[in-house]
This record gives sequence, structure tokens and C-alpha cells, in this order.
Amino acid sequence: MKYKSVFDIIGPIMIGPSSSHTAGAARIGRVARSLFGRKPKWAHISFYGSFAQTYKGHGTDVAIVGGLLDFDTFDERIKSSLEIAKQEGIEITFRKEEAIPDHPNTARIRIGDEQGELELVGISIGGGKIEITELNGFELKLSGHHPAILVVHNDRYGAIASVANVLAKYAINIGHMEVSRKEKGKEALMTIEVDQNIDQSIVDELSSLPHIIQVTKIVD
Amino acid sequence: MFRNVTELVDLAESQQIKIAEVMIRQEMEVTGRSREEIFAQMERNLQVMEQAVEKGLAGVFSHSGLTGGDAVLLQSYIQKGNFLSGETILDAVSKAVATNEVNAAMGTICATPTAGSAGVVPGTLFAVKEKLKPTREQMVEFLFTAGAFGFVIANNASISGAAGGCQAEVGSAAGMAAAALVEMAGGTPSQAAEAMAITLKNMLGLVCDPVAGLVEVPCVKRNAMGAANAMIAADMALAGIKSRIPCDEVIDAMFRIGQTMPVALKETAQGGLAATPTGRALEAKIFGVPLNERE
Repeated sequence: MKYKSVFDIIGPIMIGPSSSHTAGAARIGRVARSLFGRKPKWAHISFYGSFAQTYKGHGTDVAIVGGLLDFDTFDERIKSSLEIAKQEGIEITFRKEEAIPDHPNTARIRIGDEQGELELVGISIGGGKIEITELNGFELKLSGHHPAILVVHNDRYGAIASVANVLAKYAINIGHMEVSRKEKGKEALMTIEVDQNIDQSIVDELSSLPHIIQVTKIVD
Repeated sequence: MFRNVTELVDLAESQQIKIAEVMIRQEMEVTGRSREEIFAQMERNLQVMEQAVEKGLAGVFSHSGLTGGDAVLLQSYIQKGNFLSGETILDAVSKAVATNEVNAAMGTICATPTAGSAGVVPGTLFAVKEKLKPTREQMVEFLFTAGAFGFVIANNASISGAAGGCQAEVGSAAGMAAAALVEMAGGTPSQAAEAMAITLKNMLGLVCDPVAGLVEVPCVKRNAMGAANAMIAADMALAGIKSRIPCDEVIDAMFRIGQTMPVALKETAQGGLAATPTGRALEAKIFGVPLNERE
């Protein structure tokens, strides 16, 4: 089932006017910010489907930038996010895409600075609930409603088991897990949603395991 | 975890508990959080709804100038006493409008189940508050009941206008409100389900065609009618009237209608009222150029 909590239905508390096009967009932007781990220098945002047709009317552009600035759905600063981004020297471009997406409310975000880049695709499925469907070219499914870790690793036997073993050692339960790879034997991505918060020390321990390239933590 | 309305009603009736209680217990089970925590979060939602209604009744206007001030007009009309329908129903309508006017003005609201349909549930709740005099706890329970029915719709159909049209947004909100009204008025879980079925049947096929892509026209007035629809359906169910088509099948019909609805009528501002001469003219005035001719 897509919706698991009553607060997916009654909630979120948010700045209007649209849960899918404003609150959902803010959440997609905020996941991108959280994964990137710092304020980006630039952001290229592409809108598809209904997002492309109505983003100005719904404040989708304002909201997604608010998310990139780490604002929550109810943060009044969302309304002036474009000005705030400008003041903070973040260069932002929007594109309205013609391609027909799998989901009508789709946004693709590319953000970066001199140290690195990140690209993700998010969909807003209704009532403010979102899913992340692509990250740096990997397909994935991330609701953004649970703490999660993303583990980039070499596609080798034992890599998944070693990560699961460390989580088990700290009594962290895996609620949802997916593995995605671009090519056999090359780089792969584990998406792990968990029930407990993960300490930085655990992230460091996971990072030190063989075949593990990078571990990123996403806090709800 | 209940998957449909039949299971939800069975859970409530077999244990002789309210729908609200079924929802609270499930939330505790799924999230591992305490009853107090869950109840407090819902009470916070209730506060936001209450503040939005108050703000709207004081009078707000959106940036575009398309909406605002109608909740005030309706309240002063009610005060004069010469209304044709009923005071409670008009009060519900005015409070639904108030909430959506605040939403359109980029104010703070609680999505129920979405922002575009955020007026219906609080509108009906704060209107019957005057009549049924519920405790604060019962008002919070009203939201859990509404949430339980919305949960079923969201998982079996949709609550997104872009995916299912306005029937999925204001339709769902009205169905949720009708069911919660019945429970607050002392009706049975089965009667709550009947009220939701009756409401939703009358919302089937409703398209999402916002002028200029703004959540204003016709969204605000659709919330008004959603609230009225919910009130009437609740009264019908409390009178003992049943829906010939079971609630779960109505939800399924809504899903299938949403699937076959043209994209132009699903929150793309390409069809319906958005594509009328006046709709296009308003769009051109707001954005400088009509959406369909924009880059």
C-alpha cells in the first residue's frame, strides 16, 4: 500500500496552494538537499507533465527551491525562496519538458558545486506524499518518510550481507530495501529504509566495509 | 491493516469501537508511536485548521485576485437570517471557503487529503461543532475517522487531481467528511460507510480544470459544494438510507473513471473551465500570456 499513515491523509501542515504541486515539490527539493549534504551553488530543475503545465500557478518553482534551501512544507520562507536563493548566490534555471513522464507530477533536479553534482527524479503522488525514483542514474524507490541510507557499492557477492550484518549488530530493522545496478559487476546502489535512526558512527562503519564506495544518510 | 471500507467497518463493529479508534490503533501499530504522540500530532492539525478558518472568515485575498472575501460575504448573509437552505450547511460552506481562500493566498493550512481540497473536512467539522457541541477529543477523533476513509481511497484509488481529477480530491474530502459527520452524530460505522458512498457517487467524474493552473477557480467553490454534499449525504445516511452500490465499489469506480479521464482534465489547465474564453483571458492577465501559448 502506498499510503501507510493517517498523517499522509490528514496532513501535512503546509503553505498553500497545492499539496502535490507545492508541499510535494518542497519535499522533493529537500530530499535533494539532504542527499547532497550541503547548499548547492547551482540548480537545474526540469518539470514534466502536470508540473510542467501548471508550475507557475501552483508555486511549484518556489516550493522546490524552498526545499533546496532546506525549508519544510510549513516554512513561511518558501514564499520568498527565489529571492533568498538569489541572495545566497545560488544560480537556478527551470525547464518545462515536453516528454511524457510515467507519473504526471515529475521533477528532475540537478544540483552541484565545485566539489560535486547530484541528479535525482522525484514524483509527487498526491496529498504531499512523494517518491524518489532515480538518483544519479540509478532507479530506486524512496518515500522520504523513513530514515534511510543509500549505499553506493561495487556489485560483488557479500556486499549486501556485510551491510545488513552491521545494521543487525546495532538492532536496526530494515523496512524496505532495494538494489539497483547499471551494469553487472560495476557500481550498484542499495536503498535501505529503516525504522530507527542511524548514528553517524554506524555510517562510518558501513563506509569502511570492503566494496562500499559511499554511504549517505537521509533523516526523515 | 484494513485494505478497504468493508474491513474497516468490520474491525469497528466486531470490536464495538469507533472508526476513529481503529485508525488510531493501526497508526500505533504501523509507526510504533504512542497513542499520546499520535493524538497530539492530530490535535496540532486541528489547531492549524481552526486558525485557517478564523483567518479566512476575517477576509483574505489571493495574489492573483481571483479568489477571496467570499467566506465573509456568506457569513454576513447568514447573519441576516433570510437564507433559503439551512444555517449549519451554509456555515459549513462558508468555513470550507474560508480555508481554501487562505490556501489560495499561500497561507498555512492542513492538507485534508490535499491542499486544494483542504476546506471540506474542517468546514463541516467547525459547522457541526455549534450544533453537536463535541469535546476537543471528539473533534480530534473526527479527523481520525475522516483519515481512515481517506486512507482507503488513497490506497485503492487516488487523492491526486493530476492522477484522478477533482473527484479524487474534493470528492474524497467530501466522502471523508460525510463519514466523520455520521460518526460524530452518533451513527454506526456502517452508516458512515453509506454516507461516504452516497457522497462519492455524486462526485464521480468531477474533473480538475483549474483556471491558469491556480488552486483557486473553481477549487474554492468546489470545496463549498463538497461540504454541502457531505452534510446532505450524512443526513441521508443517518436517516437510514443506503447506497445500492457498496462503498468499496464506488471507490473502485472512481479509480477507473480517473484512469480513463483525459489528461486535459487532470490538473493540466488545458481543458474544461481553464480552456474557456474567460479562463484563458484571466490566465493571460495573470501571467502576461496564456498557458497554452507559453514556452
